[in-house]
Amino acid sequence: MVQYLPILILLILAFGFAITNIVLSVLLGTQKPTPEKLTPYECGIDPVGSAHERFSVKFYLIAMLFVIFDIEVVFLYPWAVAFQSLKLFGFIEILIFVGIFLICYFYIWKRGGLEWE
Amino acid sequence: MITVTHYIVLSAILFTLGVVGVLIRRNAIVVFMCIELMLNAVNLSFVAFAHYLHSMNGQLFVFFTMTVAAAEAAVGLAIIVAVFRNKETVNIDDINIMKW
Amino acid sequence: MTNVSVMTFNILSVLPILVLAGFGMIVLFVDILFSKRLGDKNILAYLSLAGIIIAAIVSRGTTPIALYSFNETFVIDNYSLFFNFIFLLSTGLVILISHQYMKRENINYGEYYALILFSTIGMMLMASGADLLNIYIGLEVMSISIYVLTGLKRSKLTSNEASLKYFLLGAFATGFLLYGVSIIYGATGSFNLKEIADFLINKGDVTGPFVYLGVGLIIIGLGFKVASVPFHAWVPDVYEGAPTAVTAFMSVGPKAAAFAAFIRILMTAFGSTHYEWQKIVYVLAILTMTVGNVVAVAQTNIKRMLAYSSIAHAGYLLVALVAANTLGVSGMLFYLLTYVFMNIGVFAIVIILSQRNDGFMQINDYAGLGYKHPLLAIAMTLFLLSMAGIPPTAGFIGKFYIFSAAIKSGYIGLAVIGMINSVISVYYYLRVTVVMYMQEPVREFYPLTISPFIVAAVVISVIGTLHLGIFPSKIMELVQQSILTMR
Repeated sequence: MVQYLPILILLILAFGFAITNIVLSVLLGTQKPTPEKLTPYECGIDPVGSAHERFSVKFYLIAMLFVIFDIEVVFLYPWAVAFQSLKLFGFIEILIFVGIFLICYFYIWKRGGLEWE
Repeated sequence: MITVTHYIVLSAILFTLGVVGVLIRRNAIVVFMCIELMLNAVNLSFVAFAHYLHSMNGQLFVFFTMTVAAAEAAVGLAIIVAVFRNKETVNIDDINIMKW
Repeated sequence: MTNVSVMTFNILSVLPILVLAGFGMIVLFVDILFSKRLGDKNILAYLSLAGIIIAAIVSRGTTPIALYSFNETFVIDNYSLFFNFIFLLSTGLVILISHQYMKRENINYGEYYALILFSTIGMMLMASGADLLNIYIGLEVMSISIYVLTGLKRSKLTSNEASLKYFLLGAFATGFLLYGVSIIYGATGSFNLKEIADFLINKGDVTGPFVYLGVGLIIIGLGFKVASVPFHAWVPDVYEGAPTAVTAFMSVGPKAAAFAAFIRILMTAFGSTHYEWQKIVYVLAILTMTVGNVVAVAQTNIKRMLAYSSIAHAGYLLVALVAANTLGVSGMLFYLLTYVFMNIGVFAIVIILSQRNDGFMQINDYAGLGYKHPLLAIAMTLFLLSMAGIPPTAGFIGKFYIFSAAIKSGYIGLAVIGMINSVISVYYYLRVTVVMYMQEPVREFYPLTISPFIVAAVVISVIGTLHLGIFPSKIMELVQQSILTMR
């Protein structure tokens, strides 16, 4: 455990430094809030609308498609680990697996799932 | 020392939290998240058992549970979106044209 | 982990599944590539039927021994072949009855046929799974397809609502099933049903209560899918809200698949602990029969009545599971086959008589049917009599086998409760018949458009119901053969 002591000290120092600075700036700094100052900073341009806007459902559609394809890739990992010993059999299996993906992808594409408008 | 028992107890606690959440929460999306919590509690116990038993089968099962959970999530969210489009709410108590 | 053995691999054993998967994808592709030129999409129904017929040809016949493949996770024996037959038959009949309905309700999506085929794949996986992992995958493939099918009528709120309820409760139940599987795995160290059975026989005493907990959770998960009573809350709403053709589909195939997995898990893996789980299933059976039948009496909507009747039928099938002897299991298989014919027959007639947007779904709407459409009324009466279990229909023989199995195993009380329930059920089934023949029509019967497909489905169901009722011995032989190679 002893060898981790420097890390602990560094952690305490880092947190302490950050917290001290924030507290000090709140205590010492003068604060005169005006409506202009309280608006969120958006590259110097006046912010448009609220941040709690409703997003178009299209984002969710893309997100769902992403989640499915992303998770399916998980099966490539065990295959990659055992690639050497599975030989040709494993390779053909994974080709079929990826082929089914391609079919799904083609289906989504043709159905218009990837179109934004 | 963290033994398999700790993991199993943690998994049981998570599972129970999920079940309680499904039973008491009223927002369909939160209910769905609680179901996902249940599934992940199960995953934890699979992995713990697999480590304890020195067998890969449990790990394998987790892969399948994750994939199935993702497919379920996609279908479930699509259903929730369809409900929201017609009803403008995802509160389970309001979704009751047919009596339970 | 340097040496991974290539698994034992037998492509022939999964051929029916591959055929269905292939046809499902072909249907999807034909639909998206030629959607402009397809018109009313008859070709998709033909394609799906062709897939089902080819799959049935591939999986026909019997096998002298149980064939294990894919590292003993997948088994082809007479039991799974018989269930394949039930699934393919029910899916084929559902496609026949749904074609006209989908066009009428304006939900004639090509995905409908693909999803039905994919769902059937899930059922076949469940019946052939020799491993809890395989059974779980099958269950999910089946269920996820049906969640989507239930919500197919996107613009209609009842369909959305049914889909949401089915999805949330289904996923909830699956969570319990999975937790049960993980506990079993922790206690016995395996997912394989045979290995679990060996472990329990040889050193079952070291696992203690864990196995019982696991079995209990699995019973909750599958009890949900077969619609047994404490877990039945979804059934009436989902049956009512789903498109009628989908209701017909999910009242038969998934129930049979869940029972297939139920029997295989409980009898193969936990056969040595059957005194413990029998008590749970005993209580479930009584509750399911009684609640299903008693509540069905009060229903006025025909789909809701059929939902409760389906719960009641799950109760009779659970009686066979309690009996847990050869006669019980063969009675259950026989009953599931008769249930395919009579239930899809009833739904076919409900579809013929209903109007767009599920109009005319009240039992009173059937008043006077006996005079206006005598043939339909006769067919409907036959199916309802079969469901009530009145000879010479198939339902009578099925109930007879199930209750005699219960008596043979010494569960006389259970058999008596079952018979009392059958008597209750006669009341609400015959009420429909009485309304059809004895009451004046309350509505105009529009000239019905009846497609040849749906007529074929009704005719097949009538023949099946009568044939199984009058000459049951041939099928009974086949059924008894199916369970010989199981254990």
